[in-house]
Amino acid sequence: MITAIFVLTLMGLILGYLLGLAAKYFHVEADPIIEEISELMPGTHCGQCGFAGCGQAAEAIASGETEVTCCPPGGKQLAETLADKLGITINLDDIANEPLYANINSSECTGCTRCYKVCPTDAIVGANKQIHAVINAACTGCGACKTACPENCIDMLPEPIVLETWHWPKPIAA
Amino acid sequence: MKFSPFRGGVHPDGYKELSAHQAIEKLPLPDRLYVPLRQHAGSEALAIVQPGDFVMKGQLIGRAAKGISAPVHAPTSGKVLKVQPFVAAHPSGMDSNTVIIECDGNDTPIATPTNIDPFSLDGKTLSDTIANAGIVGMGGASFPAAVKLSSASRQVVNTVIINGGECEPYLTADDRLMRERPEQIILGARLIRHIVNAENVCIAIEDNKKEAISALRQASSEYRNIQVIVVPTLYPMGSAKQMIQAVTGKEVPAGGRSSDIGVLMHNVATTYAIAQCLSQNEPLVSRIVTVSGGAIKHPKNIEALVGTPIKQLIDFCGGTLEEPSKLLLGGPMMGQLMPSDEVPLIKGAAGVLALNNNEISQPSASPCIRCGRCVSACPMGLVPLEMANHSRQQDFDGAIGFGLKDCILCGSCAFVCPSHIPLVHYFQYAKGEVAYQKATQQRMDHTRQLSESRRARQEKEAAEKAAAKAAAKAAKEAKAAAKRKKQNAASANQ
Repeated sequence: MITAIFVLTLMGLILGYLLGLAAKYFHVEADPIIEEISELMPGTHCGQCGFAGCGQAAEAIASGETEVTCCPPGGKQLAETLADKLGITINLDDIANEPLYANINSSECTGCTRCYKVCPTDAIVGANKQIHAVINAACTGCGACKTACPENCIDMLPEPIVLETWHWPKPIAA
Repeated sequence: MKFSPFRGGVHPDGYKELSAHQAIEKLPLPDRLYVPLRQHAGSEALAIVQPGDFVMKGQLIGRAAKGISAPVHAPTSGKVLKVQPFVAAHPSGMDSNTVIIECDGNDTPIATPTNIDPFSLDGKTLSDTIANAGIVGMGGASFPAAVKLSSASRQVVNTVIINGGECEPYLTADDRLMRERPEQIILGARLIRHIVNAENVCIAIEDNKKEAISALRQASSEYRNIQVIVVPTLYPMGSAKQMIQAVTGKEVPAGGRSSDIGVLMHNVATTYAIAQCLSQNEPLVSRIVTVSGGAIKHPKNIEALVGTPIKQLIDFCGGTLEEPSKLLLGGPMMGQLMPSDEVPLIKGAAGVLALNNNEISQPSASPCIRCGRCVSACPMGLVPLEMANHSRQQDFDGAIGFGLKDCILCGSCAFVCPSHIPLVHYFQYAKGEVAYQKATQQRMDHTRQLSESRRARQEKEAAEKAAAKAAAKAAKEAKAAAKRKKQNAASANQ
């Protein structure tokens, strides 16, 4: 009994020590910037950038394979933040100033449910043969629904400016 | 007090003599009222009336939305014509939801004054009554008064300051109110003190309003711990943080509230509205407004119903001498530019100004010469020139670093700028952009959460499907095995 306890404790200690050593010597250096970038990404994995998900896009951005402007839902703001983080300068004029969001043209919608099945944020509501609608606050503007729509009745439009979202434009004077 | 009560500040010309001697006049009932459902900081009230409904004076027509909001009441009796978007009292010139009432001319009230002594009720009940009466800060910010009261009663408040600063040029509405109805202001101040359990009341008035000072001194003489304090005339004295510093000598910390240093402040007009609400059972449906400016024939102080088109106020003053170059709601320093004279009067508007060309002469901006006058004028101790510079380059974090978030948009910097740089416009723009970025970030967090929960749901569904499939398979196999066993048994028997 005592021998068994002693042997097992000893084995545990030795193996633990070996594991500790292995963790130190075979440590794989993961770039912390990738994690930071994927924290900033929208995280909806919409695939508009051409990568399978936001994680892969973050890796590609960190390694410089792709531009920081590759993410349409993130828009100007994300591109700016990423450029700041990576210390690069970008031309913001290339990015559309306003993000575009999905709008279903209700007169043409047949209620086929294809759009809401592909929406990465469940922003579309509707049922079979019922007109669907987009919950604007949940839409990232990824455009997956537009591609899926067989009736071609989804338009990507800028969010209308209302009293609550209006603010003074930049002064024109020098 | 000879020393400067706070840093910075400016001395714009007063122009108060235009309307200061005019006693408050009541505007006759207009034919139609356009009552906006958004007259306060926070969310728009929700209409509870429909076209065709008959409403009485003081009847609730829009209930407060969730969060920070305030209800809206019918200013007079009449028929609801429409509930539709109508041009808002807002510089954007956009529409906001408005209840249009055709007045029946009888002005029939829905409720009669109660005989309950408000001092016998507890603070919570009184503050709820104030919330239900739709009372908002009437000095300009339009923040719901009850929200301020209930958040202050959670902290220890020693001093209630009643703000009679009225530092904006042209405006005399508060001055006239203090001169003509000092008893109600004192009653309101005592009620506020009762609600938040404070010790002292200070009524602070700028030294250019001698009659108001003596009227309030006289009205307050019989009550304990009510002091009328005279503060020097200096813009922006009427701003809460500056007034608190002038009265108490203490500064509200950056990003903090006045209740953090044991102070609660209400404007005199708000105090009057609170007194009317608690003693007469009247919701906030009218206010006193100064109609003035170089383009107005006979400037006046008018008591008018909320929702009155400002054109009718101007007509009541004999109309205009010339086509006004600018139409403002509020004072000339911080007032909002109005898109037309059709906009309705709102609860927070202390003035309607029609300014002529001489009054608004604005030469075009030239480059900043870094003279630093804006820095010495800033009452918040910020660096306006750097804030504007960073805002122009869209470096909003830089602008925040120089104090954008603490900027009260008082316009002292733009007033002294020798290069006529539209500094406040830059700050309005930058504040708007910062708010937009914050909203975008919130939206992104929201969608990220949605997408994660969708993925979790899909994985769960897939797992359930797989489990069901496995179970079905197992059942099938078990059935097949049983069948085989039966066959085996049968063959063994043969």
